[in-house]
Amino acid sequence: MSRQLHDAVASPALWVLVLFIVLLIGMPASAPLFHWAFPLVSPPVFERTTFLALFLSHAGMVAAASVASTLLGVGVAILVTRPAGRDFRPIANTLATIGQTFPPAAVLALAVPALGFGPRPTIIALFLYGLLPIIENSIAGLDGVPAAVRDAAAGMGLSAWQRLRDVELPLAAPAILAGVRVSVTIAIGTATIGSTVGALTLGTPIFDGLAGNKIPFVVQGAALVALFAIVTDMLFARLDRHLRITAAGGPPGEYFGNNAG
Amino acid sequence: MIEIEGVSKIYGDRRVVDDLSLSIPEGSFCVFLGPSGCGKSTTLRMINRLVPFDSGTIRVGGDDIRQIRPEALRRRIGYAIQSTGLFPHWRIQDNIATVPRLLGWPSQRVRDRVTELLELFRLDPETYRLKFPQQLSGGEQQRVGVARALAADPDLLLMDEPFAAVDPITRAALQGEILRIQRDTKKTVVFVTHDIEEALRLATDIAVLDHGRVVQWGKPVELLEHPANEFVTRFVGGVDASAFSLLSLRKVAERLQPGAAAEGEPLSADASLRDALAAMTARHVDRLPVVDAAGQPLGAVTLADLVR
Repeated sequence: MSRQLHDAVASPALWVLVLFIVLLIGMPASAPLFHWAFPLVSPPVFERTTFLALFLSHAGMVAAASVASTLLGVGVAILVTRPAGRDFRPIANTLATIGQTFPPAAVLALAVPALGFGPRPTIIALFLYGLLPIIENSIAGLDGVPAAVRDAAAGMGLSAWQRLRDVELPLAAPAILAGVRVSVTIAIGTATIGSTVGALTLGTPIFDGLAGNKIPFVVQGAALVALFAIVTDMLFARLDRHLRITAAGGPPGEYFGNNAG
Repeated sequence: MIEIEGVSKIYGDRRVVDDLSLSIPEGSFCVFLGPSGCGKSTTLRMINRLVPFDSGTIRVGGDDIRQIRPEALRRRIGYAIQSTGLFPHWRIQDNIATVPRLLGWPSQRVRDRVTELLELFRLDPETYRLKFPQQLSGGEQQRVGVARALAADPDLLLMDEPFAAVDPITRAALQGEILRIQRDTKKTVVFVTHDIEEALRLATDIAVLDHGRVVQWGKPVELLEHPANEFVTRFVGGVDASAFSLLSLRKVAERLQPGAAAEGEPLSADASLRDALAAMTARHVDRLPVVDAAGQPLGAVTLADLVR
């Protein structure tokens, strides 16, 4: 068996991903199991819509919110780490902290009157909630670029834009990614409450189950949300390893040992 | 090459550089020498506009540097620093190629130049080209740092304590290399150090700085023979230490008795008086023959000549 194939098969990420996809598509097939465990609940599997449709809607909202908070978060971090924007750093930190401490449920409640029911209030709540980890990590990453590297880059005549693009962002990338990873993982869990304001998410079966006293629905929704979050986190872990190797300099396997694949 | 006229830099209420003037001739190896906080690094960093100055003028090659865009100015001046500042995420070849690429050299010319520089610093191009900085030893990284500074063949090279962080043996080797390259290429070098030994070994001209002012500006020998004040005397290590330093700066040729004869293994006229003294001590003699570079006898030198 080739080394790559062996690594892939031995990786837990692959098997969790397979389990997730099987459950996502094949959940109705588990009806006999749930019927046996909860004979009084009918139907035994959530069937108002498919789990795949719930997942796609859920993932779409998380993606929209996360792309927006990444763009704004990294943008703000870049701005406040420039000489001209340094004064705005405390403000950016404060605003992001407020976004984080404000309960997402309250954001939903406040956003509904303005935006109506559906996915939009959820996206807004996830976006605000996801900003802080991205801003904080991006600032830490940009601050972490060694002073000598900055000095050399400026001293050799790289323009401010070239220094940012070619030196600072690549070196800060692992830290930025860590922020995005936390933000997305939180968003996947938090998006479930969007179901309370009419967004379709994997939380819909959970809230339907709670309202109708149908425990199997709660189990089905919760299991899929958890697996979704775990799979996403594992994919980020892989991306992170790749970025760290690139940012640290050095090809995998040669200098970093064999744990880099 | 560089004219610094009445330049001052004020941080808060402290004058880090205080009305400083210097004229650094083309092709010289100029060392800024002084304790930490004396303003030597700040002055160096003003020359490529990394530090803005509050008053005065600096001209490089006749051009007022404030009339040149900072990026353009820096691309024509080599810059090497103590902790190398190599880009950890770039391979050695890309690090060295930084300025040539900024200047838009064609890729084949860049590649050839990288090979040439690696060879100049005795790093095998095929072994080192594709490595990353952290795969190299400290001394190798420092060589790459200097190679990168020389990449676009600048007439002027600024070096801020480039060898301070490497071990003494590697430092001596690097000093030898930069000296060889500077003598071969006739580049103007401005070199910052707090190490008097390093300054005496490398410099054609030394500026001793204290509290943002030049307290003495001259040839290494002048510094040792006629220290301007108590500060310079203390900095060069006191009278006894500077006597030994002088022996290493003076050549046998200066104290030679032409035509005189002596027994034994001859000395080169290029050898320092220190070498001569060492040879006499080791062989228990007070008189040695001297030859020129081609091995032709020139005369002799005696112990009394050395201490004259």
